[in-house]
Amino acid sequence: MLQSIVHVCLAGLSQGMFIWLVASGLTLIFGVLGVLNFAHGSFYMLGAYFCFMVLRALGENFWWGLLLGPVCVAAVGYLVERFFLRRVYGLELPYQLLLTFAFVLLFDDLVKIFWGAASIGTPPAPGLADSIMILGRRFPSYNLFVIAVGPLLALGLWGLLEKTWAGRIIRASSSDREMASALGVKVPTLFTAVFVFGTWLGALGGGLAVPYLGLLTPGMGEQIIIEAFVVAVIGGLGSLKGAFLGALVIGLLSAFGTRFLPTFDMFLTFILMAGVLLWRPQGFFGEAR
Amino acid sequence: MITNKAYMAFGLLLAGLVVLGLAGDRFLLYISMRIMILAIFALGFDILFGRTGLLSFGHGAFYAGGAYGVALCYMHLAKDPLLCLLAGVLLATGLALVIGFFCVRHTEIYFAMLTLAFGMMVFSLIWNLREITGGDDGLVGVGRQAINLGLFKIPLRKESEFYFLVLAFFTGAIWVAHRIRTSPFGLILAGIRENDRRTEFAGVNIRNYRLAAFVISGAMAGLAGGLGVLLESNATPHISHWSHSSDPVLVGLIGGLNTLAGPLVGSLVFVGLKELVMRFTTYWMLFFGVVLLIILLGFRGGVVGTLVQRLAGRREVRS
Repeated sequence: MLQSIVHVCLAGLSQGMFIWLVASGLTLIFGVLGVLNFAHGSFYMLGAYFCFMVLRALGENFWWGLLLGPVCVAAVGYLVERFFLRRVYGLELPYQLLLTFAFVLLFDDLVKIFWGAASIGTPPAPGLADSIMILGRRFPSYNLFVIAVGPLLALGLWGLLEKTWAGRIIRASSSDREMASALGVKVPTLFTAVFVFGTWLGALGGGLAVPYLGLLTPGMGEQIIIEAFVVAVIGGLGSLKGAFLGALVIGLLSAFGTRFLPTFDMFLTFILMAGVLLWRPQGFFGEAR
Repeated sequence: MITNKAYMAFGLLLAGLVVLGLAGDRFLLYISMRIMILAIFALGFDILFGRTGLLSFGHGAFYAGGAYGVALCYMHLAKDPLLCLLAGVLLATGLALVIGFFCVRHTEIYFAMLTLAFGMMVFSLIWNLREITGGDDGLVGVGRQAINLGLFKIPLRKESEFYFLVLAFFTGAIWVAHRIRTSPFGLILAGIRENDRRTEFAGVNIRNYRLAAFVISGAMAGLAGGLGVLLESNATPHISHWSHSSDPVLVGLIGGLNTLAGPLVGSLVFVGLKELVMRFTTYWMLFFGVVLLIILLGFRGGVVGTLVQRLAGRREVRS
């Protein structure tokens, strides 16, 4: 029993870390730009496919793919922000939401055109391909690596936002765009930078998912974007701390749900999301608006 | 602004559709029915999104409510298509009432997120309750029995027969949307979109009005779903997924928001383009993504809005 619970927890934690990586970029972009980015799941998907492409080109080494793939996707993110998203900041929220949705449609089909509609099998990560024994049962060591990367990234983001000059500018613009602009912050440039960085985070999640999933499918972004929405909402839209804890909660909830209540595991996630939206719309760590 | 010209245009449209129903071949009738069903869905959705300004990402749930209501009634209760449709619409309306009760507490992004959450809840139930809904297989084998009026029966089995039932509901939906647009109720909805604070200060309970718009659009989505299941003879869980909820949004944007003709033109363009694109390539989403981008960046009035603007502009130049 203990063995089973520990393993369900570990599975939930590793799942939660992927959701966190996607939700962190989503949250950062929402916090600064005020745009809820439907296409963020697509960046996750593109991250995985670009990682796979680089990995193929550079001798089946996953680590090169993880290093370079997300950077390519960040460049795509730059184009999206600079030439499309920038034109709709002044419009009502639904239009911004729908613009990002247009990119979901675009990227889904583009991936199918370039890599085919069928699933692609991927190789394991060199050096982390084996599994280790935990309480008498095997657990993939790569998943442990993912569980370690998540909090490290959270720490890095926290340091960046709280301790550096760039972080202070981001926080200032996030809380009052006009005032920051009046004090000399180049807001359009900042928006582009934050969007590109957020895109990179989502793509990094996708890259990390390559050995974890072992399969790439064109629809992989649509599943995770909804989970990331749930997480972002539960933690409070715009709050990174909330997104981190929310991702852990959702990861664990879905792992335990799958194990003990398979009929209602998806239902539980969404009822949690609706409940939080109704009784605490600012989430557990968001500021009341 | 409804002029005599507009009435004439709609009269001509209906006459044309009747002629089409009498003369068209099976494929043409099938496509026309799909367009009309989508138009019913979009007409209802426009009352909520175009008119009241609430963007829902969960209306697939009500469409599915209508579809599964019809299928379940057909399998377990009664086979009469009108009774089945009634059951479907009632189920969708009930769902919309419960879900709407919670959703209208918020607006804008929180409203969109709430409808998304509730819509996906319905999807997860349909997906997982295999004994009732058939899970990922859906419910198959819903037939079109004749409508029994006692003295005589109206057969619906053939496309050319069912077409006129769809046309009747389509006409009814246009009438309802038109009535709402020209009523004080519709004006209050538009007021809520333009400035909810002011409307509230005028003594209007805006939450109830939002709920009313939500339930009407949900009921119309249910009607569309019910007709859809009678047309295709099966109900699949995909129709309740959030990616299906975006169909009426796209239709509204293509046609033009907050117009009566918008959802009609939008549905025609949506289904027509999809059929056309699918003949050449399977990548119709790419195509729609590009269309959506063009509309959002350049033609936010959609087809109807842009045309109206052009015409109005010309008139100003003349006078």
